[in-house]
Amino acid sequence: MLHFILKRLLLAVLVAGTVSFISFSLMFLSGDPAAALAGETASGEDVEAIRVLYGFDRPMLVQYAEWLGAAVTGDFGESYYFKLPVASLIAERLSVTMILGVCGISFALLTAVPLGVIAAIRPNSLIDRAALFLSVAGQAMPSFWFGLILIVVFAIKLGWLPASGTSSWQNFVMPTIVLGYYAMPAIMRLTRAGMLDVLSSEYIRTARAKGASEARVLFKHALRNAIIPVVSLAAVQMGFMLGGSIVVESVFALHGAGYLAWESIGRNDLPTVQALILIFSMFYIVFTFLSDVLNAWLDPRMRSS
Amino acid sequence: MTDMQLNDPLLEEHVGPTPRQLLIRRTFGHQGLIIGTSIVALMVLIAIFAPLLAPHDPYAQSLMYRMKPPVFLGGTWEFPLGTDHLGRDYLSRLIYGARVSLLIGLVAALISGVIGTALGVAAGYFGGKVDAVVTFLINVRLAMPVVLVALAVVAILGGSLQVVICVLGLLLWDRFAVVMRASTLQIRGREYVSAARAIGASTPRLILSEIMPNIANNLIVIVTLEMAHAILLEAALSFLGLGVQPPTPSWGLMVSEGKQMMLFEPWLVLIPGVVLFFLVLAINLMGDGLRDVTAPENRS
Repeated sequence: MLHFILKRLLLAVLVAGTVSFISFSLMFLSGDPAAALAGETASGEDVEAIRVLYGFDRPMLVQYAEWLGAAVTGDFGESYYFKLPVASLIAERLSVTMILGVCGISFALLTAVPLGVIAAIRPNSLIDRAALFLSVAGQAMPSFWFGLILIVVFAIKLGWLPASGTSSWQNFVMPTIVLGYYAMPAIMRLTRAGMLDVLSSEYIRTARAKGASEARVLFKHALRNAIIPVVSLAAVQMGFMLGGSIVVESVFALHGAGYLAWESIGRNDLPTVQALILIFSMFYIVFTFLSDVLNAWLDPRMRSS
Repeated sequence: MTDMQLNDPLLEEHVGPTPRQLLIRRTFGHQGLIIGTSIVALMVLIAIFAPLLAPHDPYAQSLMYRMKPPVFLGGTWEFPLGTDHLGRDYLSRLIYGARVSLLIGLVAALISGVIGTALGVAAGYFGGKVDAVVTFLINVRLAMPVVLVALAVVAILGGSLQVVICVLGLLLWDRFAVVMRASTLQIRGREYVSAARAIGASTPRLILSEIMPNIANNLIVIVTLEMAHAILLEAALSFLGLGVQPPTPSWGLMVSEGKQMMLFEPWLVLIPGVVLFFLVLAINLMGDGLRDVTAPENRS
């Protein structure tokens, strides 16, 4: 087990390192970062001065090593736009995105798991078909459009919820639904498949034979076993969702890290964008690592692969 | 004499339907596949014949005819789906928007398909170090937040059809690589591959004529699913203002432009979104259907 964890940890660190390099090299994709920073009206000397000031005149790998060294200690440099440390800017916004992510995945689990269980109890029934249709339709729905439709219905027509902002818990209701529905189809299908698999197993027949009630069979025996892969899927989905929050946050003007990313991209604020790409990647890396370790802990067969 | 033979129950048992007949029967018996493929085919025809079908020039602005409602909300048949804030005919823009969506979806899926298939087949066929490197690359790719990276790159390079296609093509190869790797691993050990190797077939020949034909089914399924994915992402990028640039008629861009007037004219947002939803749904139905029909044993 320890061997597995160490091996998996090494992979996670290597992946994080590679992502950090890609995210750093974005700065050089645009050509000359000093000229971009100085603006169109700057003279040649100004550009040179900025180049030296920001250290753009040194080799790329040296700059990368310095940036990474600082990033590891939590220093992501200074935002071009706000002239403030990027780390504090992001820290300020990250809690909103985290809350949204936790609410989103909870919403997805609380709706998709019961749906999956019901679908598995009565395969090919009307409910099963409806759930399947919902999951196919859910995958086809553009999240930004779904968000706007919710705003039109619940904020404008009915006036139940605020359309945008971050001031109260009500601001999180619609973003939670939009972000959560994205993870629902996968969770539902996995719950359904897992339940179908478990329900046809020997120990379920044994439990039924000894006279356990149907509820006890379903929840105590079947769901507890079927839910294990769902939990690890949920961890991976959570990593994906945080990365996808940029669309949802900009639709609802929810001032989280995703919204900051969108604003920063619009302002050419590269240090902030680089840091955010790295942070969102780190979330994914950490969540998949936890999910793999959880899987290996629960199922020793996974450790060998 | 022939009648007698055909009616012989023993004989009928032996003359069962051929695999091809079974495939055709499954294809036409699969509602999702038929519905999905019909809608996609219709959209493709609309995109190809856009200049003939569109009642107006999708770029022609007219201050006289701004924000006309669609015909079902009291508008006139001159503009069946109304006009936008610049007086452009909404139906014409929708029709031309199908070109943008389908083109981006298809080309991006093809680019990522080439990258992902090459990586996946190489990993599955050669195994060992090659496999380790490809698996690592897949992990790196999955760790990068697609929307954020795509937005950042498009912002740096400038939004245009070509840039969006290339960025999406370079970002969406992960599923191809994962599935092609697994499929190749399954096929690699089969007897006919060993037989071909034993009679001296070269590695490229083995991959092209033994492996590829047998993983083509899975490949087509992933192409359709990734095409849907690319279309949704293009719409999201354009919606966020960092995809296809105005005045190009892109459905995502139309939703974004309609957002300003959403309070009074919700149909400006509703219509392009519904069309986008149906196109992506149809492509997904087609992909799921193809998987069911070509590999009935994998049906979920």
